[in-house]
Amino acid sequence: MWAYIVRRLLYAVPILLGVSMLVFALIHLAPGDVVDLLVPPEVPKEIADSLRARFALDQAVYIQYFAWLGRLLVGDLGISFFTNRPVADELFSALGNTLMLALPAALLGFSLGVVLGALAAFNRGTWLDKAFSATAITGVSLPHYWVGIVLVAIFSVILNVLPAQGMGGSGFPTSWEQARHLILPVVTLSLIPMGVISRLVRANVLEILSHEFVGTLHAKGLLSRRVLYHVMKNAAPSALALMGLQFGYLLGGSILVETVFNWPGSGGLMNLAIFRRDVPVLSATILVLATIFVVINILVDVLQALIDARMRR
Amino acid sequence: MTDTPAIAIAEPVEALRRAQQGKSYWKRVWERLRRDKVTLAMAAILIALLTMVIFAPWFTAHDPYQGSVLRRLKPIGFPGHWLGTDEVGRDLWSRMVYGGRLSLLAGVMPVFLALLVGGFLGILAGYAGGLVNSAIMRLADVLYAFPSILLAIAITGILGAGLKNTILALTIAFVPPLVRISEAVTTQARHLDFVEAARASGAGTMRILQYHILSNVLGPTLVYATSLISIGIILAAGLSFLGLGVTPPNAEWGLMLNNLRQALWVDPVICALPGVMIFITSMCFNLLSDGLRQAMDVRL
Repeated sequence: MWAYIVRRLLYAVPILLGVSMLVFALIHLAPGDVVDLLVPPEVPKEIADSLRARFALDQAVYIQYFAWLGRLLVGDLGISFFTNRPVADELFSALGNTLMLALPAALLGFSLGVVLGALAAFNRGTWLDKAFSATAITGVSLPHYWVGIVLVAIFSVILNVLPAQGMGGSGFPTSWEQARHLILPVVTLSLIPMGVISRLVRANVLEILSHEFVGTLHAKGLLSRRVLYHVMKNAAPSALALMGLQFGYLLGGSILVETVFNWPGSGGLMNLAIFRRDVPVLSATILVLATIFVVINILVDVLQALIDARMRR
Repeated sequence: MTDTPAIAIAEPVEALRRAQQGKSYWKRVWERLRRDKVTLAMAAILIALLTMVIFAPWFTAHDPYQGSVLRRLKPIGFPGHWLGTDEVGRDLWSRMVYGGRLSLLAGVMPVFLALLVGGFLGILAGYAGGLVNSAIMRLADVLYAFPSILLAIAITGILGAGLKNTILALTIAFVPPLVRISEAVTTQARHLDFVEAARASGAGTMRILQYHILSNVLGPTLVYATSLISIGIILAAGLSFLGLGVTPPNAEWGLMLNNLRQALWVDPVICALPGVMIFITSMCFNLLSDGLRQAMDVRL
């Protein structure tokens, strides 16, 4: 088991290097360099060039890359062009705000998805199955940013019962007044994971129910509760893998829903960085989100291997 | 992430039995599709939508770009504008019909391009094996390290907004899964007995690729690609919604949603309308893909 974990971790190193190269390359592919963004065009060329020298932009590309990578490795994500504050500070407080949405959304979406998917499979062909399957496919077909707008239209504009924008304060919500701000964005974010997970769980459970061992379990006189345990245990690994991916999408795709609700999370930060052309913030946000995604995938793989020994290839 | 998707190729015995029934695979797929009412209905809706979008002038009475200060944000049922008008007084129905052009193009085109690029790279990696395989698959792994939305936003965010960059970004985001699937199937098929037999009997590489590999790879990749279309539609409109996709004053569903958002407190119904189109289209493509998967008997 430990050998597997170590192998899995080692494998992540080249991937993360590749990710850093890709982000670096993207930023260098962008039209114009950083100095063009920072200074107005009428600034004399000498001053612009001295700035280029200060940011090491006159060096060869690979030297710039290694210098950037070296700073990243010691945790220096750079200074924001716009606010002049360290990127790390801004990014980590924003990530906290994103997690505040993503964690409850994942919990809600995953648990609903598992329950709906399993119920649909155990009642295959009945109206219950049809209703749950329809709910699931609606969940995966809905553009969630639009759902956010519709929910705001209903609950904020028409009914005026829930807040439409922002967090209503900062940090972890300590009052109901502040927690109310979570409801609409969390519900919005939970729809896709709910649909995706419930579709997978339904297909998986149906697959497993068709195997002979389920009949054997019944024949052995096992209570259906125990049979359910065996079925769900077999359905778990692939569902877990998908949950990992979906959680990554919740974090990485938070930009759309955070824009709708004006939520000051990592997606909101990225959005601001794009429109302010704040390159250090943008590249750091992309890099950190991708790194989190890689880490989540490793965790999921290890968890899968713990449940199912066959996965430890 | 090192896992390759398990894709089952039908057992040779089973394939033989089917072949002896005297019908080709594609003929049977078509027969099954013809009996599937939901899938047929979805196809009909999509064809209707496509017709409307292509022949937009026949279905609309107003210029989608002609606004009027006097007719801003008129409600549904306003005389002359049955779906009302947008924030600068443009006819909403016209904009929704015309908007389908860019929304569909930006959603479907990347999937098509990614199918070509990803399918080619996957078959190359699977058939060539060795170093070529490692090079292609490790590159795909790196792209896989990004959630597709994040990758698309990173590319358009850095390179700039516009239709071309949207299509480029989504294509790059969709290539890795298609590479993985076509590589997995190709590797699997390459070692099957009948492929070995074909090689032993002197069939050239191109012939084997054409007859044996491609016919096996086509099903799973095609089904997977159709399931990406709905995501493509949602993401393309999403990029425009963020201001990273199609640029104003073009009519596009995501962009319309973004522009109308300012008027949410004036008329919430009008503001939500363009999203209905995104939802219907992505729902149709999802159900169509489900039907195709069943008819083609592909397990992904």
